[in-house]
Amino acid sequence: MTTGVTTAGPDERVARAGLAKRLLLKPELGALLGAILVFVFFATLSDVFRSASGVANWLDPASTLGIMAVAVALLMIGGHFDLSAGVQTGTAAITSGLLTTYYGVNTWAALAISLALCLAIGFVNGYLVVRTGLPSFIITLGTFLMLQGLNLGITKLVTNTVQINNFDKIIGYDVLRAIFASEITIAGADFQIAILWWVVATILGSWLLLRTRFGNWIFATGGDPNAGRNVGVPVARTTISLFMITSFAAWFVGTTQIVRLTSIQAQAGFGQELIYIVAAVIGGCLLTGGFGSAVGASVGALIFGMTSQGIVYAGWDADWFKFFLGAMLLLAVLANQYIRRFAEQSRR
Amino acid sequence: MTDAPLLEIRDVSKTFGSVISLSGVSTTVHAGQVTCVLGDNGAGKSTLIKILSGVHQPDGGELLLDGKPVRLGSPREALDAGIATVYQDLAMVPLMAIWRNFFLGSEPTKGWGPFRRFDRATAIDTTRRELLEMGIDIRDPDQPVGTLSGGERQSVAIARAVHFGARLLILDEPTSALGVKQAGVVLRYIARARDRGLGVVFITHNPHHAYPVGDRFLLLNRGKSLGDFAKDELSLPDLTRMMAGGAELEQLAHELERDPS
Repeated sequence: MTTGVTTAGPDERVARAGLAKRLLLKPELGALLGAILVFVFFATLSDVFRSASGVANWLDPASTLGIMAVAVALLMIGGHFDLSAGVQTGTAAITSGLLTTYYGVNTWAALAISLALCLAIGFVNGYLVVRTGLPSFIITLGTFLMLQGLNLGITKLVTNTVQINNFDKIIGYDVLRAIFASEITIAGADFQIAILWWVVATILGSWLLLRTRFGNWIFATGGDPNAGRNVGVPVARTTISLFMITSFAAWFVGTTQIVRLTSIQAQAGFGQELIYIVAAVIGGCLLTGGFGSAVGASVGALIFGMTSQGIVYAGWDADWFKFFLGAMLLLAVLANQYIRRFAEQSRR
Repeated sequence: MTDAPLLEIRDVSKTFGSVISLSGVSTTVHAGQVTCVLGDNGAGKSTLIKILSGVHQPDGGELLLDGKPVRLGSPREALDAGIATVYQDLAMVPLMAIWRNFFLGSEPTKGWGPFRRFDRATAIDTTRRELLEMGIDIRDPDQPVGTLSGGERQSVAIARAVHFGARLLILDEPTSALGVKQAGVVLRYIARARDRGLGVVFITHNPHHAYPVGDRFLLLNRGKSLGDFAKDELSLPDLTRMMAGGAELEQLAHELERDPS
C-alpha cells in the first residue's frame, strides 16, 4: 500500500475490488440478462419470432414505449413519477387532430400548439411538485385525471364521437408520415421508423444522464435533494426540466400514434403510464430515485415488446402476458433491491 | 502569518426573539492553525457556525477577514470569500460515485453549445489526485460514496472544500458520529489541511479530540464565552474540567458516589 502512486492510469488495485461487483453496480445489467433470457425463450418456441418480420413486429411496440420509458427513467432517477405521461400522449394527438381536422389550423402550427401545450403541462406538473413539496405521485395523479376528463370531454363536445378521424386528409400529411410513421425495409421486413427514433432517444437520454452536468444534477436531485442544494445544484430547475422532457416525449409518441393510425381515440394513452414505469423499473431504476439508466429503461421496453408479441407467436392466450409482465417486474424489483444493498455494503 | 489573523470574530452576538443565543464571543483563526470551538449542547456552537458560513448575520460585533470587516450575507458570499463549511450531513449523495459527488454543483465542462459536456476524465483525475494529496487512499473514484466509511466520507468532503479554494474550513462536529479509529482518521486530515496552510475552525464537544490538534480553544457555555485560550495557556485536564462545567461535575460526582454505609 503505497500512497505516493502516480495518478496517471488506472489504479492497480481496482481489479482486486472485483469485476463482478463492478458489473453488479451497473443498473441495466439485470435487464440485459432478462432480455437475453426472454429472447432465447421465445426464439426456441417460435420460428417466426426470430425471423426478420418477427423481429420487426416485436420491435414496433417496444419502440414507442421505449421513447417514453427513457424519459420516464430520467424523471424517476430524478426522484419523481409522472402518472399523467400516458394521457399526455392522447392530449397531444387529440389537440393536433382537432385543430387540423375540425378548425382548419395549419398543420405545423397545430403541431407547435400541441407541443407547447404538452410542455406547459409538464411545467405545471414540475412547478407544483417543486413548490408544494408534495409527492409527485399525487400531483400527477391529479393532472392525469384532469387530462383524462378533458381528452374525453372536449373530443365529445367537438366531434360528438370519442374518436378523431381523417388525419391523413390534412395538408403536409406526407411529410409527417415520412418523419413519424414511414417504414424501412431491411432483409425483406418492414421496420417502423419509430425504432430509429427509439435508438436516438436512448442515446440522447444516456448521453444526457452520464455525460453532462445536467445528468449529474439529475442523480443528485433524486439521490439527496438537500445535499444537492447545499452544493449549488439547481434542484427545482432540474425537476421542472425533467417533467418537461417527459412531456416532450409524450408529444412525440402521441404524434407518432395519430400519424400512423390517421385517427385517435379520446382515451388513447390511458393506462400506459404504469407500463412506462414498469419498463424503467425493469431497467434498473430505483423507485426511490437517484439510481438507474436510460439504456436499462430501453431494454425494459424491449422485454415488454418481445413478451407481448412472443406470447402470441408461441400460440398462447394473450391473457398470460400481464402475468408474465408482473412476474418480470417483481423479479426486477427484488434484483434491484439486492444489488443496491450489495453495492452499499460492499465496503463496510 | 502571525500579524493579521485570517479571521477574527470580535464581540459577536445573536439573539432569536427573546433568546440570547450568543453574546460577546471573540476569537481568532490564523492560516495554518486550528481553532477549536468547544461547548455542550445548546452552548451556541451551531449559531456561531451559521454566522461564519453566512446563514445568519450577527446582531452585534463584527467579523474581520484578513483584518478587514466583512459582511457575509449568504452561504454563497461566504464561499466566495473562501470560507467553506463541512456540515454534519456532508452534502454528499450516497448513491453517486465519489468523483460525481466531488464536483457536484461545480462540474467542469468541455465542448461548446449543445455539445457542452461534463469533463469526466478531468473530474476523475482531479478527484483521485486531490484525495491522494490529502493522504486519502481510495481504490476507485467510481465507487458510490455510500460504500465509504464515515471517516472517509468526512475526508472526501474536506478534500472537496480544499479543492474549491477554501482558505478557511469550518468543520461541524466531524468526529461526533464516528468510532475511535475513524475519528482518528478525520483528525489526521484536519492536521493535513492545517499543514497545507488553511485556517480551520473545528467544532466539537470532545476535548480529547480537540486538544491534540488545536492551537486555540474557544469555550462556549449557554451562549457566553468561558474564555479564548492559546494552547500554552491551557492543559488537557483544564480543558476537560471547563468543558464539563467544573464545579457542576464535582457536584455530580459527589451525588453519584455511594453513601459509605
